[in-house]
Amino acid sequence: MTKLVVGPFNRVEGDLEVSLTVADGVVQRAEVNAPLYRGFERMLLGRDPRDALVITPRICGICSISQSAAAASALAGAMGLVPTPAGAAMAALIHAAENVADHLTHFHLFFMPDFARPDYAGRPWHDRAVERFTAMEGSAQRTAVAARAELLHVMGLLAGKWPHTLAIQPGGVTRAPGLREKARLGSTLRAFRRYLEEVVFGGPLEEFAALETPEALMRWGRGDVGLFLEIAADLELDAMGRGSGRYLSYGAYSLAEGPVFAAGVWDGVLRPVDTGAIVEDLSHAWMAGPPAHPFEGQTEPDEMMAEPGYSWCKAPRLGGLGYEVGALARQVVDGHPLARAMAGGGVLARVAGRLLELARTQEVMERLVAGIVPGADYMASGKVPREGRGVGLVEAARGALGHWLRIEGGRVAGYQIIAPTTWNFSPRDGAGVPGPLEAALEGVAVDGPGALAVQHVVRSFDPCMVCTVH
Amino acid sequence: MTTMLWLQAAGCGGCTMSLLCAESPGMVEMLEDAGIRMLWHPALSVQTGAEVIGLLEDVAEGRVALDILCVEGAIARGPGGTGRFQMLSGTRRSLMQWVERIAPRARHVVAVGTCAAFGGVTAAGGNPSDAVGLQYDGGLQGGLFGAEWRSRSGGPVINVAGCPTHPGWVTETLMLLAAGEALALDGYARPRFYADHLVHHGCPKNEFYEYKASARELSEIGCMMENLGCIGTQAVGDCNIRPWNGEGSCTRGGYPCINCTAPQFEDPAHAFVETPKIAGIPVGLPTDMPKAWFMALASLSKAATPERIGQNAKADRVVVPPTLRRPK
Repeated sequence: MTKLVVGPFNRVEGDLEVSLTVADGVVQRAEVNAPLYRGFERMLLGRDPRDALVITPRICGICSISQSAAAASALAGAMGLVPTPAGAAMAALIHAAENVADHLTHFHLFFMPDFARPDYAGRPWHDRAVERFTAMEGSAQRTAVAARAELLHVMGLLAGKWPHTLAIQPGGVTRAPGLREKARLGSTLRAFRRYLEEVVFGGPLEEFAALETPEALMRWGRGDVGLFLEIAADLELDAMGRGSGRYLSYGAYSLAEGPVFAAGVWDGVLRPVDTGAIVEDLSHAWMAGPPAHPFEGQTEPDEMMAEPGYSWCKAPRLGGLGYEVGALARQVVDGHPLARAMAGGGVLARVAGRLLELARTQEVMERLVAGIVPGADYMASGKVPREGRGVGLVEAARGALGHWLRIEGGRVAGYQIIAPTTWNFSPRDGAGVPGPLEAALEGVAVDGPGALAVQHVVRSFDPCMVCTVH
Repeated sequence: MTTMLWLQAAGCGGCTMSLLCAESPGMVEMLEDAGIRMLWHPALSVQTGAEVIGLLEDVAEGRVALDILCVEGAIARGPGGTGRFQMLSGTRRSLMQWVERIAPRARHVVAVGTCAAFGGVTAAGGNPSDAVGLQYDGGLQGGLFGAEWRSRSGGPVINVAGCPTHPGWVTETLMLLAAGEALALDGYARPRFYADHLVHHGCPKNEFYEYKASARELSEIGCMMENLGCIGTQAVGDCNIRPWNGEGSCTRGGYPCINCTAPQFEDPAHAFVETPKIAGIPVGLPTDMPKAWFMALASLSKAATPERIGQNAKADRVVVPPTLRRPK
């Protein structure tokens, strides 16, 4: 038995430390530590509830819009307000643009550079991986950064700036687009489609989104996606870091007619999400207090950082169970045949889920722009009540994000946030059951000091640690 | 060749995300063209774990020369001054300790974003993590480092404040430092090339401002100073001169400037999107204009508001176009 601490764990958003117990070259036990505490939930107490729209996006610079959308939705719930249909559609477009940008960032900047490491020299694909994905130098990285910056012109047009906008409000959006904006957005999206089809996928997005089986996926063979699939086959990435097969999604992009990607939990059967059954367990977090539903939950840091705590991250459980969240979870819950066929999979399934969503969301964004009607009503107005509560449930790039807000005397009396990576990178609960990443790491081979397989598994979740510990 | 190291302290990482939005040139090309070699960046570099710890030790011990240290995020000093609210993973040391060791080795120290400069949102609402900026604690001199602290070049910490920073503020600061130019700083050590401007400059709502034709609710296109908390007339930044993300800015997006380049913007003592008033008169008028004059001009211009401006201010788009001036 040897102990191995991996950190600083970079190319993830925020601070992460992974402690491994290794025997015979295989991980026996993993403990995931989120080593940063800022206390956002405490900062909000006593404030004007509308301030949540300024404060919570600043939890995270990469999921900023998701935090905005969840805060706006929690406020709308407390206000008894429903966004106008046109306002909801623009909020969805802004949100989708962020999620797509995040998927692109993850694939090119965070995940793929590991395959350009000299450890893989001699593999038939290594020279191409070096040319395309070497950190800060690879040709694919450069074009991805440029394409992302151009896609985020959607934010300049609709949301003022990115990250950290106040454009998304409980009743809709602050800026009403006209015909000129519609034309400009359309042209930005056409450029982005051209980039995705010519460079990332090497073929029509609809053709990729229509793939139904893992076998068909592995035969794709085009673009940088093809290079990834070739690597995945060679390194058997599907067997690496397999998941529990239990997935949760709150449903993405809430429109007047319902979410674009469906809500639910999946463990072989699809069921509705019962958020009343969510409990945050603090037994292994440096937090004081009993297990609680987020409406009752508190954030009381244990400044002694005493054992058995080992992380600032709480352990959310739904009906007593941990759930994996993210693009794969969303696509499984939405019923996409390829995602369903890959449910329970490891590194390959998670990355493929993100690529599938990248292809599908382009069409969603184009549809939202085509539906822009100049002169429509983009904002409903309302008042924040003296007493009330609201829940905001959205899908960030990395998965299910919830805000639970209580208002008393016109001020914030309770604000609890469960972020996607809080689910995925949760520590053990009171029964000693590990979180999804901890479980996925058990059995992974540790070869050499870099423990590259461990790095692939961790990054396949696309963790956002700053959201996790808010 | 200029060497640069980037550390992420207690913050959201949004200034890096914003920096990746740099265009013409993009971030990677800018660094190359300016002759800047990134020793390590937590979100962008390949090295992880032991590879990084070795590098950080080399820099801290002076074995690798460091020209520019960029710190993004505030310094969490808690609990009890230990810095343990942010441990640099894998090192058993707090990020605070690492910054204390490395900063004296750097020729220039750049605080990227309002958190690193002043504490920012990380220090909001009672400051649960006891966060400060590198050389400021809110608006007071002296943060992690004292007021007299100087980097190897003899300058104070350069505060590229903003929440987030505009990519151009960061790239231009780095280009100027790499070129050996003396960077003029304002009273809060912010680069004057952007801090000499107000967000008000170039704001598309200027005509509404001239007549105090005000929006009553978010989504109306009138001036947001009177009712909606906008402090663009006092906030420094060239946000409406150079656009964000193509052609945006906060006020262009239809929401107020919340003064994010300033110390203590995070706790304004009123709701961000509501202008505090005494007897119906907004408090916090432009800083460099006599109050009586402002009031006199405001009531005059309000009385003189043309119909077009008054109607448009309360709509979510231009409903009355300008009157055409026909050539004689």
